[in-house]
Amino acid sequence: MHPAPGKNHFELFGLPATFDVDTDELAVRYRELQRRVHPDKFANASDQDRRLSLQMTALVNEGFHTLKDPVRRGRYLLSLRGIDIGDETDTTMDPAFLLEQMELREELEEVRQAVNPHKQLAELASRIEQRLQDKIGYFRRAFADDTPDGTGKARNAVREMQFLEKMRREIDNLEEELI
Amino acid sequence: MALFQISEPGQTPAPHERRYAVGIDLGTTNSLVACVRSGVAETLPDGQGRHLLPSVVRYRAKDVPVVGHDAIAVAHEDPLNTIASVKRLMGRGIEDVRKLGQSLPYEFSHGDSAMPRIRTVAGDQSPVAVSAEILKALKTRATQSLGMELSDAVITVPAYFDDAQRQATKDAARLAGLNVLRLLSEPTAAAVAYGLDKNPRGIYAIYDLGGGTFDISLLRLNRGVFEVMATAGDSALGGDDMDHAIAEWIMREAGIRDNADHRQMRRLLRDARATKEMLTGAERATLRIQRDNDGIWEGVLTRAHLNTLIDPLIDRTLPPCKRVLRDAGIRVNEVDGVVLVGGATRMPRVREQVSRFFGREPLADIDPDKVVAIGAALQADILIGNKRDEEMLLLDVIPLSLGLEIMGGMVEKIIPRNTTIPAAKAQDFTTFKDGQTALLIHVVQGERELVSDCRSLARFELRGIPPMVAGAARIRVSFQIDADGLLGVSAKELTTGVESSVVVKPSYGLTDNEIEHMLRDSITHAREDEEARQLRERQVDAERLIEAVQRALAADGALLDAKERAEIDRHLDGLIAAREAKDAARIKQAIKALDSATQTFAARRMDANIRRALTGHKLEEFSTSGDKPTP
Repeated sequence: MHPAPGKNHFELFGLPATFDVDTDELAVRYRELQRRVHPDKFANASDQDRRLSLQMTALVNEGFHTLKDPVRRGRYLLSLRGIDIGDETDTTMDPAFLLEQMELREELEEVRQAVNPHKQLAELASRIEQRLQDKIGYFRRAFADDTPDGTGKARNAVREMQFLEKMRREIDNLEEELI
Repeated sequence: MALFQISEPGQTPAPHERRYAVGIDLGTTNSLVACVRSGVAETLPDGQGRHLLPSVVRYRAKDVPVVGHDAIAVAHEDPLNTIASVKRLMGRGIEDVRKLGQSLPYEFSHGDSAMPRIRTVAGDQSPVAVSAEILKALKTRATQSLGMELSDAVITVPAYFDDAQRQATKDAARLAGLNVLRLLSEPTAAAVAYGLDKNPRGIYAIYDLGGGTFDISLLRLNRGVFEVMATAGDSALGGDDMDHAIAEWIMREAGIRDNADHRQMRRLLRDARATKEMLTGAERATLRIQRDNDGIWEGVLTRAHLNTLIDPLIDRTLPPCKRVLRDAGIRVNEVDGVVLVGGATRMPRVREQVSRFFGREPLADIDPDKVVAIGAALQADILIGNKRDEEMLLLDVIPLSLGLEIMGGMVEKIIPRNTTIPAAKAQDFTTFKDGQTALLIHVVQGERELVSDCRSLARFELRGIPPMVAGAARIRVSFQIDADGLLGVSAKELTTGVESSVVVKPSYGLTDNEIEHMLRDSITHAREDEEARQLRERQVDAERLIEAVQRALAADGALLDAKERAEIDRHLDGLIAAREAKDAARIKQAIKALDSATQTFAARRMDANIRRALTGHKLEEFSTSGDKPTP
């Protein structure tokens, strides 16, 4: 038997299913939940309790990390509206956005040859961060408009955010290489 | 006239009900066992007052192995049968051993299994079996110290240990007859020992340079909750390498050739270590080295020169330090404190470099050799239930990403490193050929993109997929990582429900059969009756379950209606009767029956727990179904 059957992440944390999550409150609730369900509280318990505690804690961890991160939260909110990103046939994207991505990518490649790669990498990272913040703002407005049009725009925003995140990871990797 | 027993509030009322569980630091060079007694955690000494047990096992022909100081005393005379630093081999394959080969002075047998075995006069020994000998010695010590049988333990592992290394550690414990309450990461144990949970909040770096492993972890503390933010390290770097660096210097200076035999190497390493330890207090050390055939070499090593020998090794600890800061997304000046762990951190040069890197003096007032065992004992005491109201909570992470092999020898990461555990994650895959009926699932651990650069954990096959066109099947692969950081994987074809699952038994580990076999062998040695053993194990299991259910009923009995309660009581009585009847098969059955009778109860309790956790918060989206949350 599954504990908390059918509860989504927001319900699990007792929070409203909106994009604007109070992350401090989320963290407080996460800790409270962990104190109640973590396997350390069941080290002495029956196998039954231990199994449930393991499942529940994994769920609480997953929920926390999904709701904490704006991109994952956005993607999750869309999945609650029945849109599963990454499981779609229509993957067309705004050509202007793609072009910009290619340019950013070329810039990343050039960093390796730069005189001061750290400085250039930091500069690139802050531009990516700015764009990500813009997209998050765009998503918030689009998602609030609960119409097929708004949802569609929100979906595109999440896709673009994922691109930017991938870019951010690549910057991280390069930064690690340069350490 | 009977006397009334009066106990003060807050005191444990019945001392005989108090249970003991130990904390064990299974180290590369030394191991320790600690226990909480009268509210104080302390390491337990042997009969001669020594707390450290050298992690050295000497095998003898037709006799039981010798562990610890007695083994080390003759190590240089019997190098091939005396095994040290076995922790470096835990969960490792033949290939890894070959890479370490030069620094390990014993012979390996090349059997058909992927796991290396060390050739000794008492037969080929796996690293797991060698570790089990060390654990048995610690268990015996604890039993004698505490004057009672005990089997529950928290065992520490480097935070950076991968799945194979953790599994090997747990297998060793099982072989030694220990019940592992938790595998706890060493840095977290150190933070617990320092009582950092008493501070309201802060970020701490735990710098752990042991005999053979280096770990650096960042912990965030917030009102009793320990969160590992990030961890990195090098599972083949430690004080042993410093001994080797010094020994190599001696060889160069004394003109000893590289092909010195095992015995001479042992002596050199012993002298190197003594010199290193001496230079912790002194500025210079005089060496007298016995050359094999031509007399004695005398020389002087100053601390300044020692520093130049070990600096390259200390420097190797700095990139992981930078990496954890980066992974955690913080700057070095946001670190509120640094804790030193491991014997090698006694060296002044290490302290100097750590202070310089973090820009602050590290904490070192608990003996860096004992701090991990003490933390483990504190956690064991809580897990066994002696401190029920304890607010401390340890949230650990997996140190390396887990993924699957996909087309082209590439890795698809499923769970990224530094994910909080326990964790569960599922991902869907598909077939790439028309009519494909089986799928090979290859689980790997590591950060690189190519399978060949990662560590292979396990391979298993999902068969019986009905023939479909390429890309039509939907195969969901689910990963589950438990609180010990151990992985289970299952795969399911969604359109047909064909299922396959494995507890990941790492490629370099022992199989369950091998462990069972070894357990039986060791019992034959002890001349114990197999049936008696089974009965006793079942009785212990029954005891645990009875206690657990009684506790649950006392705490949450209100969640059951009269009929449900009667049903559980009936099965509880059934198990108590079976236990009294001393019939192993009957006990097994009664355990199963009680376990399934409490299924709904367990789920309801978990739900109630969640409601209690959120009590006092605004419950916007929360639907309570009749039950009032208890404050």
